Amino acid sequence: MTAPAQSALDIAAEVRSGERPAGDVVDEHLAAIEAREHEIHAFNLVLADQAREAAVAIDRRVAAGEDPGPLAGVPVALKDNICTEGIPTTCSSRILEGWRPPYAATVVERLAEAGAIVIGKTNLDEFAMGSSTENSAFGPTRNPHDTTRVPGGSSGGSAAAVAAGFAGLALGSDTGGSIRQPAALCGVVGMKPTYGRVSRYGLVAFASSLDQIGPLSRSVADAAALYEAIAGHDPRDTTSIPERVGDVSAALAEGVAGLRVGVVTELCEAEGIQADVLARVRQAIDALEHAGAKVEDVSVPAVVYGLTAYYLINPAEASSNLARYDGVRYGLRVDAPTTGEMYDRTRTAGFGAEVERRIMLGTYALSAGYYDAFYGKAQRVRTLIIRDLDAAYERFDVLVGPTAPSTAFPFGAKTADPLTMYLNDVCTIPSNLSGHPAISVPFGAGDDGLPVGVQVMAPALGEATMFRAAAAIEAAAPGGGDDA
Amino acid sequence: MAQITRDEVAHVARLARLLLTDEEIDTFTEQLGKVLDHARDVEALDVADVPPTAHPYPLVNVVRPDEEVPCLDRDVVLAGAPDTEGGLFRVPPVLGDAP
Repeated sequence: MTAPAQSALDIAAEVRSGERPAGDVVDEHLAAIEAREHEIHAFNLVLADQAREAAVAIDRRVAAGEDPGPLAGVPVALKDNICTEGIPTTCSSRILEGWRPPYAATVVERLAEAGAIVIGKTNLDEFAMGSSTENSAFGPTRNPHDTTRVPGGSSGGSAAAVAAGFAGLALGSDTGGSIRQPAALCGVVGMKPTYGRVSRYGLVAFASSLDQIGPLSRSVADAAALYEAIAGHDPRDTTSIPERVGDVSAALAEGVAGLRVGVVTELCEAEGIQADVLARVRQAIDALEHAGAKVEDVSVPAVVYGLTAYYLINPAEASSNLARYDGVRYGLRVDAPTTGEMYDRTRTAGFGAEVERRIMLGTYALSAGYYDAFYGKAQRVRTLIIRDLDAAYERFDVLVGPTAPSTAFPFGAKTADPLTMYLNDVCTIPSNLSGHPAISVPFGAGDDGLPVGVQVMAPALGEATMFRAAAAIEAAAPGGGDDA
Repeated sequence: MAQITRDEVAHVARLARLLLTDEEIDTFTEQLGKVLDHARDVEALDVADVPPTAHPYPLVNVVRPDEEVPCLDRDVVLAGAPDTEGGLFRVPPVLGDAP
């Protein structure tokens, strides 16, 4: 794979010093997009003119001796469920095609304050429901490492954009692994912050107690820098955490000597974990031990129920959130003689199969007579999972395991049966249910030569420690998938 | 937990305001059945005394001072709507809508 492999922080350092104009950086990335986007389809929309204008403003600030921000001139790809004012935001759904949000997400404002340049809106599984981007209404994204394979999902466009060198950084959203799993399959870093750490204002709601925006990048240090740029309290999001965000980048060089690392037995033995993926994870764990960490196996029994709890809670919340798409206030309307029929026709025409499936599952789980048996029970099981994770974090600083059960799979391999696709999320779901931070770090390749990701999980607000372990894994990684 | 039936799927589709073909109802009955089957793994768990978690972070009563703050301009918001009239969202007739 030929791609600009420069780190985002290196790009920013060159732009900030005046050594390299932001305009050149943008032009180089647009050239990379021009060369390969036709085969990858990472973007729903490339914002070439806006990106060039933003670069001019950055270069003017540099020339005037002003501070252009820590991410000055770095092109960032935004998942297309993050609102951009006046710029289409589709969620890769027909129901929002052509809609232009009247406001920008808080993270978009924070990116601009940091000097980063939005270069485009990336493809996703419709409304972030999926693990392969095959559910996009606008066609799938292809994995830059092997275009016959999926990039993972739902933030598949963001992961592919970073892996292909179309952008220095990307933002995704992670509800059950939608940042970490595509990061693993595309050989990049992907991180889900603690629930509430990053404002969800302007993120199109999917499953509100699980959704969190986070960074995708080509290095752990880049992910930490982007996390610092977007994290922090926002009064416009009532679930936003008031506590100050610490300096996580400073912790990266601290190393892992004495760090207590728990290897989660249930995740390493989860259904469908490939032996070659597990072998790489074991190798990364050995590297942590070699670097001075104290490694031990740990059982977190309730995580085996994660898939069940998640695939009841997630559709339940989704079915409520997606009730708003009724053809009245925004997006698609299919005309009909009465309002009721207009609702029916609009929703049926606007939603794809997986979105309909989740709405159906959620409506059922919440319906009279089934609420206690399904949704209520799932919420109680969620408590069990949180308790078991909390118990593990009394003995360990971080937990590790695989990010995804397999490397990137061929198109169509898991679309016949929804449950087969859902099993992709088995290792990432627990951190969403608990609201804890987690990160996927590339670590070599599987037998097929495709990237493998190792996951590091930490307790709530444990980002700094999590990044330290991630940096140590990155330092020991045997090179990208293509080098294996 | 009983197996989800075809009639239940059709009923849920009406609740969710989705028009499904007979073939789609068949497909969803089978697929939702599989997912709910998998969910049987929690049947044996006694969680009667375990409190439910609705939200992972213990935030309660998030309030702000009751002060006027700027909000979105009405015309900007209405510009995204499929149909408007006199500063309002316009919809087809509501009457005649069978329950």
